[in-house]
Amino acid sequence: MKRKRIVSNAVKNGLLALYALFALFPLFWMVLISFKSDAQMFNTTFIFNPTLENYDAVLLRTDYFKYFIDSIIVSVIAVLISVLAGVPAAYALARYDFKKKENLAFTILSFRFAPEILVVLPLFMIYQKIGLYDTYFGLIWVYQLITMPLLIWVIRGYFEDISVEIEHAAQVDGYSWWQVFLKRLLPLIKPGLVSASLLAFIFAWNNFTFPLMLSGTYVETITVASLKYIASDTVHYGQMAVAATVSALPAVIFALLIQKHLVRGLSFGAVKG
Amino acid sequence: MAFNIKGKQPKGAAKNDLNTVPWLTKARPYLIMAPSLLITIGILIPFGMAIFYSLTNYSFRLPNYKFIWFRNWINMFTDKAFWHAVWVTVRFAFFATVFEMLLGLGIALLLGNTENRFTKILRVVLTFPLMVAPVIGTIIWQLMTNNAVGILEKFLNLFGIYNFPWAASHATAMFTAVLIDLWVYCPFVIILILAGIQSLPKSPFESAKIDGGSAWFTFRNLTLPMIKPCIYIALLFRLMASLQEFSIIFALTKGGPGDTLMNLSVTAYNTGFAFQKFGSSLPYILVLWFIVNLVAKQIVKRWMQSQKAASGRDAAAEEGGKS
Repeated sequence: MKRKRIVSNAVKNGLLALYALFALFPLFWMVLISFKSDAQMFNTTFIFNPTLENYDAVLLRTDYFKYFIDSIIVSVIAVLISVLAGVPAAYALARYDFKKKENLAFTILSFRFAPEILVVLPLFMIYQKIGLYDTYFGLIWVYQLITMPLLIWVIRGYFEDISVEIEHAAQVDGYSWWQVFLKRLLPLIKPGLVSASLLAFIFAWNNFTFPLMLSGTYVETITVASLKYIASDTVHYGQMAVAATVSALPAVIFALLIQKHLVRGLSFGAVKG
Repeated sequence: MAFNIKGKQPKGAAKNDLNTVPWLTKARPYLIMAPSLLITIGILIPFGMAIFYSLTNYSFRLPNYKFIWFRNWINMFTDKAFWHAVWVTVRFAFFATVFEMLLGLGIALLLGNTENRFTKILRVVLTFPLMVAPVIGTIIWQLMTNNAVGILEKFLNLFGIYNFPWAASHATAMFTAVLIDLWVYCPFVIILILAGIQSLPKSPFESAKIDGGSAWFTFRNLTLPMIKPCIYIALLFRLMASLQEFSIIFALTKGGPGDTLMNLSVTAYNTGFAFQKFGSSLPYILVLWFIVNLVAKQIVKRWMQSQKAASGRDAAAEEGGKS
């Protein structure tokens, strides 16, 4: 009996290790070859002389840094706007009963699941006409479709978790509606709000379709720019790896910070992990 | 609020109740929501435009456009490329979703059943592929499958396989795209189902153990029905996204080789942007939107049923545990 359990545990761990290898090895290998010189790329596997020349070439001698900053500008401002407009909306959905409430909530959610190209094709035309094509504002606006539904739906769940009694008690204490919101509720949802915002940032940061079609020369995000390193005639594999590594870094770091809230965010509040 | 002092006819009483509430209080939820709606509602305009322009011959090349009724739609439905695109869309979504769900469920069960330091670390690090942008993930896999420098080529050489074509061949391109999709999104399924497993009540499993139920019996009759809502949510998200997949396929081969990976999204992009036939690209994407909506509604319906069933079981289980 005991032996059987040891065997079954070994099998379980073996299978998990196998999957872990599949999931993590590509990332490990990407970081590894980002330190390989072009010459060593072809004749070495794991043992080689690490060099920083790829990082030097990509970060200092191309516009990569500019794309990185562009991505930060667009994603951060998009999330901030979504937080400012979305948190009150989430509160209204959680606390008030009003006509067409669920319809409104699902309309907002459906923005996230409409095919991105369906949005982008007509938007491309509108943006050309009103001068928003290839601007920061244009991208920030369309990114609201990614960040706003996420924030509203996740934060709504956090508000619903808070008992109404707390609000009533605060009102009895003489707080106005606004003060209750600011002083009692916001501190309570803060962990959830921060992690939902970070997840929204990751989604915005990782988006590819919107910047591919709605920007290109003046504003360019890192996801679109990274693809260029493939297209060039003389392929520098190490530089591609650097571009991939650096652009993956912020998302992975943020993901580590929000582990506890990840399930809830990824499922838009449908699964409360 | 419930007192109707002025006491008009009883039929209008409910309405009257609302009327006694100050206008501002009644409007407050709408006012609070207004900014978020104003910001996102702009999207309804493009959507309406999409339907309108799908009936025109609008092109970025022509100075003017004409209303041509359903010619774009008829052209599309009689075009072999359209049916090919539908077939590619369905096949990609089917294979990607099935493999992600099966592997995700398996790994989640393994992770949920064992609690040690190894699984604790795994739960965190396994989410990494999901956090990397799908485009970046595709670039990594392109490097790995590159026949000159890729590690997979060196690995396959050990088994006597040389120059495996990966995304470059008609025969293996779909496999490669699904593999990348699996790599990126399997963690999504894992952590959703894992959350379901971890929230399971303990008592029914203990009694099943005492009764001597086999592992398979416990899984079929206890675990599966209770984690069904989580499975449906994972299925919903994955199926909707894989039907629309654009980034991975575009970054991998732009739909090639030939038209092997031309699904509806990529075809619409090519028609609209590469060939600049804007009007005729829109029907493709409207059809896609219709398919996605149809599928989503079916799964949401099942999710709600499963949630009811699972919570009923939960309550019954808790009561059973008490008695």
